[in-house]
Amino acid sequence: MSVDTTLASTSNSLVYSAMAVYAVALGASAFDLATLGEKVGARRRAAGRSAAPREELASQAGGVGTITVGRTTAPTGPAPLAEDGTPRKAAGIATSLTVLALLLHLGGVVTRGLSAHRAPWGNMYEFSVTGTSVVVLVYLVVLSRRDIRWLSTFVLAPVLLSLGLAVAVLYTDSAPLVPALQSFWLVIHVSIAFVSSALFVLAFSTTVLQLVQERREVQRAQGRPTGAGRFMEALPPSADLERLSYRLIAISFPLWAFTLVAGAIWAEVAWGRYWNWDPKEVWTFIIWVVYAAYLHARATGGWGGRRAAYLSIAGFVCLMVNYGVVNVFFPGNHSYSGLS
Amino acid sequence: MTTTQERRAPVPDPPELDPAPVGLGLLGWVRWTWRQLTSMRTALLLLMLLAVLAVPGSLFPQRSIDQVRVATYFEQHPDLAPWLDRLSLFDVYSSPWFSAVYLLLFISLVGCVLPRTKVHLANLRQAPPRTPARLSRLPEHRSVEVGASPERVLDAARAVMRERRYRTAEHAGPGGPSLAGQRGELRETGNLLFHLALVGVLVAVAVGGLWGYRAQVIVPVGGPYVNNTTNLDTWDPGALVTADSLPPFSFVLDALHVSFDDDETSSQYGAPRSFSADTTLTEAPGAAPVERTIRVNEPLRAAGASVYLAGNGYAPVLTVRDGDGNPVFSQPTPFLVQDSNYTSTGVVKIPDSPTGQVGLQGIFLPTAALGADGMPASAFPDARDPVLYLTVWTGDLGLDDGVPQNVYELDTSEMTLITTGDGIPVRLRLEPGQTAELPDGLGSVTFDSLDRYAGFTVRHDPARGAALVFSLLAIAGLTASLFVPRRRVWLRAGTVAPAGSPVPGTGHTLVEVGALARSEDHGLAAEADAVLAAVLARLDEHPAPQPEQHPRQQRPEESAP
Repeated sequence: MSVDTTLASTSNSLVYSAMAVYAVALGASAFDLATLGEKVGARRRAAGRSAAPREELASQAGGVGTITVGRTTAPTGPAPLAEDGTPRKAAGIATSLTVLALLLHLGGVVTRGLSAHRAPWGNMYEFSVTGTSVVVLVYLVVLSRRDIRWLSTFVLAPVLLSLGLAVAVLYTDSAPLVPALQSFWLVIHVSIAFVSSALFVLAFSTTVLQLVQERREVQRAQGRPTGAGRFMEALPPSADLERLSYRLIAISFPLWAFTLVAGAIWAEVAWGRYWNWDPKEVWTFIIWVVYAAYLHARATGGWGGRRAAYLSIAGFVCLMVNYGVVNVFFPGNHSYSGLS
Repeated sequence: MTTTQERRAPVPDPPELDPAPVGLGLLGWVRWTWRQLTSMRTALLLLMLLAVLAVPGSLFPQRSIDQVRVATYFEQHPDLAPWLDRLSLFDVYSSPWFSAVYLLLFISLVGCVLPRTKVHLANLRQAPPRTPARLSRLPEHRSVEVGASPERVLDAARAVMRERRYRTAEHAGPGGPSLAGQRGELRETGNLLFHLALVGVLVAVAVGGLWGYRAQVIVPVGGPYVNNTTNLDTWDPGALVTADSLPPFSFVLDALHVSFDDDETSSQYGAPRSFSADTTLTEAPGAAPVERTIRVNEPLRAAGASVYLAGNGYAPVLTVRDGDGNPVFSQPTPFLVQDSNYTSTGVVKIPDSPTGQVGLQGIFLPTAALGADGMPASAFPDARDPVLYLTVWTGDLGLDDGVPQNVYELDTSEMTLITTGDGIPVRLRLEPGQTAELPDGLGSVTFDSLDRYAGFTVRHDPARGAALVFSLLAIAGLTASLFVPRRRVWLRAGTVAPAGSPVPGTGHTLVEVGALARSEDHGLAAEADAVLAAVLARLDEHPAPQPEQHPRQQRPEESAP
């Protein structure tokens, strides 16, 4: 089976177009975040002047003899985002453009696969292009369930960066697969790894934001200036960010376990041993152990929140090592980078 | 080391470790050590340690993966390598320190999980707890007044909670009869299953290591393979495997098909595209032979063993004649592949020539060219222009020492390289069909034809199925432990103070629902809503939807003296 070069070059054009649209979407979402941050910050300062008397009133109202019949729920903290009905035009534009860019991006992925008659993840270039499309897809899926448009900047920026790296450094011509990769386990093992990695990437973004937000909250509580980064005002409080990070990791962790097991089944079929301590296997295992430590840390007294967050960041660093370093620099059975 | 996702109210940090016992004697120390080992904090540290200690195995070459690379490392770092070796850095995953950490981790796991299993089993038999006096203090609380009697409300609630898979218990109380429901024990069941299944995986790996074996063999096209240890090139048995436990299957390699990327404009030029081996298998002596094809991702499964196509290469058919013209060697001679273009090396050992022992050392190029360094190297993996270069050695092959020798290497320590008068080694160049005279009247060597060989890996692991089952159980348990919500829901049906309710349209029974999450739970509010709605639907009641606007209601318990 030969390679369809027309389709392959169509794929390249689509990927470049997607990058251009992502770039505009990134600009729009950064603009949205900046203006929103200003607005929320201004409102908080205004509220800060009148907060004290309002709290007094509230405690009086809740005093003697009142029973609220009806729905009471635990307080969830102040609404962080501009929920005053002001339309966020820039955010809307950013989301629309992200959807458009993803369509182009997926077009690039599909034509790439069709050009070589196989799953489009046979080398580092394809892995990066397909993997970033899954990151955006997962972001949009989560977005359809809850408003996380504040996260878009922190999704699009790394995606654009990875795509830039892919086309500039990792690019490899479309070609058929070497025999070792000719297996349907390539589709199962790697596609689950994609989804799982995408969730870890999003969780990394929310974890970093969580730590920054937590620092600002502490500074604010101590009456110290919060410094630069007013856009952080537009983001949810750190406790919400922490919960979101946890949920993303909780979904990803079993998927990562499945990636490991599917990889082991494939290894048994291809190499005759389900576990070889090959560098890629080692790092996949390390990532799993680090996130397992995260889950345990979060459930252990005195380790939750901040310290667990560091483990989640460590997990992400390992993920990047596994993706960027192991394939290229460590000789092993997984050296399919396509780079020479 | 058991994961609980239960979020407790913030408590002050516990002290780092229990104070060590003073004057408790040996038993006290043992108890103290056991408690430390099985604490979550220790498990967490061991987990992190395991992750860190796994790293060096990916940085240094490992004997278990590639002995050649370890040997190369020793040559390149003659001073450093022995020290690294003393620290087991070339055998990380069987090193004492790595084993110690994972064994401690598993002991800690068992020590944590077994008591928890006991507690969990007791919990499963226990009725849901009593209804709190003030449901309004729970994280989720709903209340509404209905016309139905408390008994009817409770009947409806019982049905609803059963439907939603709550275990229920009825309690009487000053505020009225109530129903307590508890669900989500599957979360803890999954959690325990996950951890115990990990122990199962470890045991399966150990069993596979003890009773499994792995072997490698090179089979020229047309040649047979019989599954016993005498035919193997490498033999790596588990500690409890005996040579006669190999199943007696055999096969003949009928043909080997290889293809490479031949598009010269492609960056993938020369990359392998497909390998397959046609074989005729005889599963047991006397069984009818069947034809089977082995491909890279399609091993041959026979009699509990698996045969994998692990590699391939060239086996030039060579004939060596002695000085009198009598053949002393004639067979396909496998040459080991050295690079992606199949530049290969091999040797011929002739121990029984009238002119003394002779060794031939060769480089085979399927497509002859000169490499960048001016040395001969192959330019393409397929046999387009095959050329064989040989150098000739005489002396002692070292075969009589009784020490097993590598058949693909020449031990030249007791041999002399034949050179021309001015000290340049004699190098013979042969293409298929050609014959070259060996110097010094040693005879001649003929490159009759070119064959291929296949490299097979034969593997048996009695516990690989068990490892898979335990892995899948672990994932199932893990998923349950992360996503099944553990909840308690209480419903109380209290009688509202005497008739003449101030608000028209409300009833006589105050229905209160309280819900408590016992794990990370994002759906608790929705669950409280759903339980209440389902109860009301059963009662066919449609109360006013904005109870907050109602005037104040007195609850019986508060009006009681």
